[in-house]
Amino acid sequence: MKSAQNTTQFCYFRTMASVLILFAHPVFEKSRVNKALIQKISNLEKVTFHDLYEAYPDFDIDVEREQELLLKHDIIVFHHPFYWYSTPPILKQWMDLVLEYGWAYGTKGTQLRNKKLFNAITAGGGFTAYQTEGHNRYTIKELLIPFDQTAFLCKMTYYPPFVVHNAHLLKPNEMEAFADDYLKIITGLRDGVFNEDDLVKADYMNNLIGKPYTL
Amino acid sequence: MEIKSFLFQAVVYLASAIIGVNIAKRLGLGVVLGYLLAGIVIGPFVLGFVGEEGKDLMHVAEFGVVMMLFVIGLELEPNLLWRMRKLILGLGALQVLITSLLIGSIAYSFGQTWQASIAIGSILALSSTAIVMQTLSEKSLLKTTAGKSAFAVLLAQDIAVIPLLALFPLIATTIPEMETGSLIHDFNGWQQTLIVLAAIAGIIVFGRYVIGPIFRWVSKTRQRELFMATALLMVFAIAELMVIVGLSPALGTFLAGVVLANSEYRHELESDIDPFKGLLLGLFFITVGATIDFKIIGSNIFTVISLVFGLMLLKAIVLFVLARFFGVKSDQKIIFAVSLSQMGEFAFVLFSFAGQYAIIDQALINLLISVVAISMALTPLVFLVNERVILPRFFTKEKQDRAADDIDEQHKVIIAGFGRYGNIVGRFLRANGVSATVLDNDSDRVDLLRKFGYKVYYGDASRFDLMKAAGAENAEIIIIAMDTPQQCLEMVSLVKKYFPHLKILSRAYDRNDSYDLMEAGVDHIYRETVDSSLRLGTDALKMLGFRAYKTHRAARTFLKHDEKSLLDLIKLRNDSSSYISVAKEKITELEDLILRDLKDEQILERDMGWDSKALRKAMAKEAND
Repeated sequence: MKSAQNTTQFCYFRTMASVLILFAHPVFEKSRVNKALIQKISNLEKVTFHDLYEAYPDFDIDVEREQELLLKHDIIVFHHPFYWYSTPPILKQWMDLVLEYGWAYGTKGTQLRNKKLFNAITAGGGFTAYQTEGHNRYTIKELLIPFDQTAFLCKMTYYPPFVVHNAHLLKPNEMEAFADDYLKIITGLRDGVFNEDDLVKADYMNNLIGKPYTL
Repeated sequence: MEIKSFLFQAVVYLASAIIGVNIAKRLGLGVVLGYLLAGIVIGPFVLGFVGEEGKDLMHVAEFGVVMMLFVIGLELEPNLLWRMRKLILGLGALQVLITSLLIGSIAYSFGQTWQASIAIGSILALSSTAIVMQTLSEKSLLKTTAGKSAFAVLLAQDIAVIPLLALFPLIATTIPEMETGSLIHDFNGWQQTLIVLAAIAGIIVFGRYVIGPIFRWVSKTRQRELFMATALLMVFAIAELMVIVGLSPALGTFLAGVVLANSEYRHELESDIDPFKGLLLGLFFITVGATIDFKIIGSNIFTVISLVFGLMLLKAIVLFVLARFFGVKSDQKIIFAVSLSQMGEFAFVLFSFAGQYAIIDQALINLLISVVAISMALTPLVFLVNERVILPRFFTKEKQDRAADDIDEQHKVIIAGFGRYGNIVGRFLRANGVSATVLDNDSDRVDLLRKFGYKVYYGDASRFDLMKAAGAENAEIIIIAMDTPQQCLEMVSLVKKYFPHLKILSRAYDRNDSYDLMEAGVDHIYRETVDSSLRLGTDALKMLGFRAYKTHRAARTFLKHDEKSLLDLIKLRNDSSSYISVAKEKITELEDLILRDLKDEQILERDMGWDSKALRKAMAKEAND
């Protein structure tokens, strides 16, 4: 514990990056998995946890404030349940309004250049379901192509997703394990412990901390 | 006629008053005529319940007049008088003088004495405050130029009664018996004058410095009836003082009223004296009705009819001409002239007064009283004729004149009422580039809004002509945001009747008001407190740790549920509910509402799409298989 703290201190002066977690869950109060995940990462140094449904229950997103937040952070996380192979509507609303032409994309839209983006998702389906042969027919990575492309258009780097499969069936100890994984990934990204090559190539962020899903 | 017991008389008078006034009200004839009719019916010429003793009763009932003048005095706020000084002293005073002069000269040319001519002229120049104010407020005309001018003239006439009361004894040829009650007969002229002046000064000083402390002392007992007793005592005492010094009691109490108009007890005094005034005045009008001599009228029927129409026409013409000089415009002039064309209840008072002093011949008084009564009865009819026949013709001309410069400014939205509700709507629309035509009857607000470039019409929005001028025929939406539910409802019925193409969005005060509006056929109803209460509730839930989005949706769900139950409950609303006390009705309704809240499945089981319980079960089963 002590040594970890020292590393943190050390990295703070070197390469410590800031992380913005944009969390979107319409019924967070009913989600056990997300409660466990968020409990771990909501009070970390250089990590900003931003609960979109709490901030904008009426979907009236404050674009200026959101853009300021983006500018202040290096790594952006879309943290959400994987509803209908996508995000809950507020995150889409957020993308539509905040990622403005001329600001986030377009020839003059360079404000997000070189920032990193990835999705942290909880999915009801298992790893096998998200395969060509599975009943979802596509992999998570394939289904997330719109986000990959969004990052590309905004001149950001798109990282692989952190995924919690079978979210409905997890037992408390399993949830706790995923929460620890999430913490490791977020702090690892913040402290720059991962290799950039591995990051870009991996299918799941889970692989980087030695917890890959397998068939 | 045999002598009837006091109780029998009381029963006859009260019953006739209740029935008579009720019928008259339903016929739109006004309270005064109701009393008169009641008097006629119980009088010697119809049922004969009351006979000669009616005359004695009249003296008691005359005290109602004394009280009326006290209340009139109370209502004469110096501020109000000052603000309206131009209209009262100009328009009002001129109307009284010119009309008196004209009618007086006619009377003189018909062979009346100069004293009688003066009395007749001045008495018939007065209009009926009760009927005019009632009708104008019923028709929402009080705030218009016509209404304000009419009010000023009525005020001037009320004030004019005082000098008339003082004048009649001076021009009297015989001194009535009543006057012998005066205790100052033994003094000589200048002493008498001195005593009279001292009495008046006494009333003023008393009203200014003594009454306040007395009322404060009495009100400490917290006994309402004691306060009432004090108020009555004061009026009686002043009246008695006036009789002692040989002046009119009405004059004295009027003066006391004016002195007290600015005191803190004004409203309390008014509400205490008012029922006595009302009943005694009612009694007075009944006795007037009972003493009308139909034999005289019957034998002079053509004289009576021609007098009624001649006098009303003459009065209306004088008013119409005067209105031109006081900035009353177009259709307002006609409304103004027509509204004041009748003779008023003061005539009954002054005629009986003039009769006591034998200024006018009693037979003539009888004839003229019936003329006055008939003209009062005709007032609602005259208003109707004016509205249906005269104004429409007049108004079409008006519209043509105006259409030229207004047509390109027509707005699609009309906001009726720009008070604390309407102003938010209006500002919101304007912030989104939608200009609205505003109708409001607060002149200060109108001035301010005009400064900011709003298109504002001053006046009561529920007036047909104003709505027309505001472009109601070409508008699409009317937002009804007037201050009282009553006003909103009136507005709705006007719009439904004359501008059915307009979409109505109406503010509602509460549930009951919403029901009224729904029954009036309004589709878009906005209860003024619901949204704000729910927002407060939402914030309270948030402070208790509920998720913002959950509370937000809960509020939307609740609103939907509440509006649905509004629709359901209106079906249960029956007419007999007006007999249940309002409070009880409200509680029962609240009970219904709470029960519905508990039963509504939407509230309990919404957001099923997000609920993973069922899914979880199915998946667990699948995993086990």
